[in-house]
Amino acid sequence: MTTTAPQPAVRATGLRKSFGDHVVLDGIDLEVAQGAVFALLGPNGAGKTTTVQILSTLIRPDGGDVLVAGRDLARDPEGIRAAIGVTGQFSAVDDLLTGRENLVLMADLRHLGRAAGRRRADELLARFDLVEAAGKPAATYSGGMRRRLDLAMTLVGDPRVIFLDEPTTGLDPRSRRTTWQVIRGLVADGVTIFLTTQYLEEADELADRVAVLDHGRVVAEGTPDELKRRVPGGHVLLRFADTTALAAAAAVLGDAPRDEDELTLQVAGDGGVRALRDLLGGLDHAGVEVAELSIHTPDLDDVFLALTGQATTVKESVR
Amino acid sequence: MSTFPHAVNDSATMLRRNLRHLRRYPAMVMMSLGVPIVMLLLFVGVFGSAMGAGVTGAVHDGDYIDYLVPGIVLMTAGYGSQSTALAVNRDMTEGIIARFRTMPVFRASVLVGHVGAAVIRTVASAVLVVLVALLLGFRPAADPVGWLAAAGLLVLLVLALTWLAVAIGLAARNAEGTSGFVLVVQVLPFLSSAFVPPDSMSGPVRWFAANEPFTPVIDTLRGLLAGTPVGGSAAVAVAWCVGLAVVGYLWARALFRRDPVR
Repeated sequence: MTTTAPQPAVRATGLRKSFGDHVVLDGIDLEVAQGAVFALLGPNGAGKTTTVQILSTLIRPDGGDVLVAGRDLARDPEGIRAAIGVTGQFSAVDDLLTGRENLVLMADLRHLGRAAGRRRADELLARFDLVEAAGKPAATYSGGMRRRLDLAMTLVGDPRVIFLDEPTTGLDPRSRRTTWQVIRGLVADGVTIFLTTQYLEEADELADRVAVLDHGRVVAEGTPDELKRRVPGGHVLLRFADTTALAAAAAVLGDAPRDEDELTLQVAGDGGVRALRDLLGGLDHAGVEVAELSIHTPDLDDVFLALTGQATTVKESVR
Repeated sequence: MSTFPHAVNDSATMLRRNLRHLRRYPAMVMMSLGVPIVMLLLFVGVFGSAMGAGVTGAVHDGDYIDYLVPGIVLMTAGYGSQSTALAVNRDMTEGIIARFRTMPVFRASVLVGHVGAAVIRTVASAVLVVLVALLLGFRPAADPVGWLAAAGLLVLLVLALTWLAVAIGLAARNAEGTSGFVLVVQVLPFLSSAFVPPDSMSGPVRWFAANEPFTPVIDTLRGLLAGTPVGGSAAVAVAWCVGLAVVGYLWARALFRRDPVR
């Protein structure tokens, strides 16, 4: 093993897993550089959770090689466990213990020592805004507080690679923002993050690299920008009441792609306020009535649609 | 880095966790303690003289309560194992166990913690039941050696039931899945020598009561506490306990080694 090129934090090759006849992972390859944020994006049932469970030593793969933090999964799962932190999709806190006791439990299991463990627990309680609730049983926590405690427990042992399985699913927007901030903070400390998400916005927001998983296969991989480049650019979609209006508008706007059946015109542009005002002003001036207008900016959603043939969210539209 | 100290440390940490659960939620102890004490009151206060007339003299000298207490102690162990199965099952169906499995923690420590806490809890319950029995007129004639032997057998029995309960808790998909085990440990004492001698039962029930595992344990406890010879039932009792403990342990270990299914 040479030390010239930095070793990836996570590398999986030919990863396979089936549950009975059901093939969940059909030979996937992944590589995550050290200190990077990697997002595994996919709809429900794509195999995201299974991938995390395998990489985090929770379940065994049927085939393939896995290297996490330089340790081989088949030979040294204990070595991997010492280097990683995992926050699963379902909260993994002890409901009967208080928030602080949960953190101290983690510290004890990480063999931090009594004083250092308690110090670490208090530090994390402060960082995750749980000081007031520290003495209350976790069972009484709200969803957002449980997630925060869960994440804090993951951080007790200062893991170098952190797996987050849908870290913000089911969170309100404010808690989601808080979680994103925490993740960005970890990245600043040089931690490698492997996260799964159904939210394209989340992958776009956080990840350096994104792999799109669909039916147990990686259908695309790259930076969010690279993926966006693979789909048609942004445009404004105009709909008209009848063919007369459509023809009149087409005359004003020149060679914009038009759809006679849908009565729509597709105008290239980013949907900025100034461009929109010019566009609508021009049509107004020509006496053309626009029935409906929608702005389409290219995002990972388009990537998803283009790659998997499945839409995931509804476009914003202005009427 | 040797793994032995870690195994001990982690097991102690898990034991602390389980004991903390008990301290915080004593309801579980109360429930497994309540039924045996009610049974004790019922059989001493309500059925006592009627049952005693049939039991004492025939096979037993002294008050019916002296005949009854070993069976009630055993029921206490049975009810304790129910709580264990439920506690293990709740643990397994919650996310925390997945977290432990992805940490560099001595694997069996989760189970050791449960077993340790369950044994402590159940033995403490049994001691409380015996104290209540003493208040109600239980007068054992055992010498210190007899007490020690009785305590040893009790711990062995609790260990056997606990490992079985742990395996059941691991095997069950949810809390309802443990109900079969609960039924067995609730019914078995009635079909044993706990309340009346099997000789007074009829046909197949008598055969079952005479040969099921609880009967030799109860007979041995009774003999030890009364200071009378226990004969061959001691060896049978120990064999049952060791056998059940080994089966429970191996079963639990195999179940715990499986990949978790979610």
